[in-house]
Amino acid sequence: MVPSTNTTSTDTSGQENPGGLSGWLQPQKNRMFILMTLAATAMFIPLVSNNYGLEVMTNVWFYVVLCLGLNIVVGYAGLLDLGYAAFFAVGAYTTGILTSQFGVNFWLTIPVAVCVSACAGFIIGGPTLRLRSDYLAIVTLGFGEIVRLIARNLEITGGASGLIGIERPSIFGFELSQIVHFYYVFLFLAILACFVSYRLQHSRLGRAWQYVREDEDAAEAMGINRVAVKLYAYVIGAIFGGVAGCFFAAKMTAISPETFMFQQSVLILLGVVLGGMGKIPGVIIGAFALVLFPEVFRDLGSMRMLVFAIVMLIIMLYRPEGIWPAKKS
Amino acid sequence: MSLLEVNNLALSFAGLHVIKALDFNVEEGSIASLIGPNGAGKTSIFNCLTGFYKPTSGEIVFNGKSIVRRKPHKITRRGMARTFQNLRLFKSMTVLENVMSGMHCRSSAGPIGAIFRTDFQQKEEARINEFCETCLDFVGLLGEKDRVASNLAYGDQRRVEWARALATQPQLLLLDEPAAGLNHDEKQQLIELINRIRDELKITIFLIEHDMGLVMKVSEKITVIDYGEKIAQGNAEEIQNNQKVIEAYLGKEEDEIV
Repeated sequence: MVPSTNTTSTDTSGQENPGGLSGWLQPQKNRMFILMTLAATAMFIPLVSNNYGLEVMTNVWFYVVLCLGLNIVVGYAGLLDLGYAAFFAVGAYTTGILTSQFGVNFWLTIPVAVCVSACAGFIIGGPTLRLRSDYLAIVTLGFGEIVRLIARNLEITGGASGLIGIERPSIFGFELSQIVHFYYVFLFLAILACFVSYRLQHSRLGRAWQYVREDEDAAEAMGINRVAVKLYAYVIGAIFGGVAGCFFAAKMTAISPETFMFQQSVLILLGVVLGGMGKIPGVIIGAFALVLFPEVFRDLGSMRMLVFAIVMLIIMLYRPEGIWPAKKS
Repeated sequence: MSLLEVNNLALSFAGLHVIKALDFNVEEGSIASLIGPNGAGKTSIFNCLTGFYKPTSGEIVFNGKSIVRRKPHKITRRGMARTFQNLRLFKSMTVLENVMSGMHCRSSAGPIGAIFRTDFQQKEEARINEFCETCLDFVGLLGEKDRVASNLAYGDQRRVEWARALATQPQLLLLDEPAAGLNHDEKQQLIELINRIRDELKITIFLIEHDMGLVMKVSEKITVIDYGEKIAQGNAEEIQNNQKVIEAYLGKEEDEIV
């Protein structure tokens, strides 16, 4: 089954790539057709795949959402964030605590998680955005660890063993319990994330992010409030992570602080950089590579992470701008 | 009426007095210049005016309101735009996108508008597009709007910078060495453009320049500074015959003897 998962994955890799402007995708109609075909392929995967394949693909869509969220911060606004897992943790714990300890309906926890993760983005962003790249990276790294350690030590978050018995969501009385249900949920989230990213990228705010990334002083001289613009990136990125976290908690029904380690933040960042920062199809490919590579090379055992690392190094050496080609020539 | 008034402006970095008790003003609708030998503090004055440096003391009044200690983006919003001495374009973006940055402070759609493409957002985008194309047309670069900025010739990149500054819809335009790196023809075009910006768009212009020919040709009023102090002010003829100015540029006669 492994090879089949692999082929479907490459098919869907460009899935929702409205930003894909490489030559052959140029004509509007052609692009729509390709997008529709890819979406349809993704829809039909559950008909041909076994549970293992579905589990892997669900994980892929989940990472697509996380990577696209981090892409807003790192790719669009150019802010290096090494603690992105914190926002994902905030979303997961919000849903976990509210459903398992207060019996709140899953769907009602989403708006709460959006608010809480947006606040988390604001708290980390507000005081630190005056810092330039390396310093910012260290502060965000610290923030990620603080969130994890808080979760590990508070009673309400279940301490080191985490939370169990998180309610499974249901739609119109239909409980989402099987992997195929979650496959569609995460596929929907991934498409939504692509859509929102695309719309943001091609807007006044998206351009402002790019101005600030290219030349902060010139952007400021053109009348752009760089602190506000960066804060927007942080808050929106945090919301992506928070929402992904909600559904992650619902799918797993149990979460523990170890899920949100520094390694997790690095992995998400890796997906963004590998595929190509700021390019939606690139980031999607990055998320695919992140999840599929270790699965495809499962036979190599513990050696596979070593091979993975070497492949990454080679890609970065030969394509420092990421796998996806640059937008403009 | 003066659009810009600078009173007793001083700036020092760790004991080094870059600008000392400087007074000058720029009349509305005029073309004024600031000249001085290298290191006289011209760009520092620009940076104080646009909010990039915080002056140690003194007052800057723009359009009747004090702008000292305001953030640069707020000053731009108030109607003061600038260009940079070294080109500071957003290199990997298209010419049109570069110019659109100027319209940022004249528009307001946020993330919600962008995600749902609301009616308001779409109209605003159309307005931004239209105005920026007008600006590009004004500087004669409309045909290049979809090219990546860094691929343009140097002179054209300069013009993108002017279009970008014009897109902020300023009342006062500060040009930091606009002729640097331009050839003879491009300088002639620049003079024409400066006059057109003032005459057709009614924008007041204040520029720093080393090219004396250009300064003397376009400016109605010239302020000369040396070592952060004003040494002369007047029209081209007065400045050319001013003893202090000649000394600042050429040195005193006894210096030559020594």
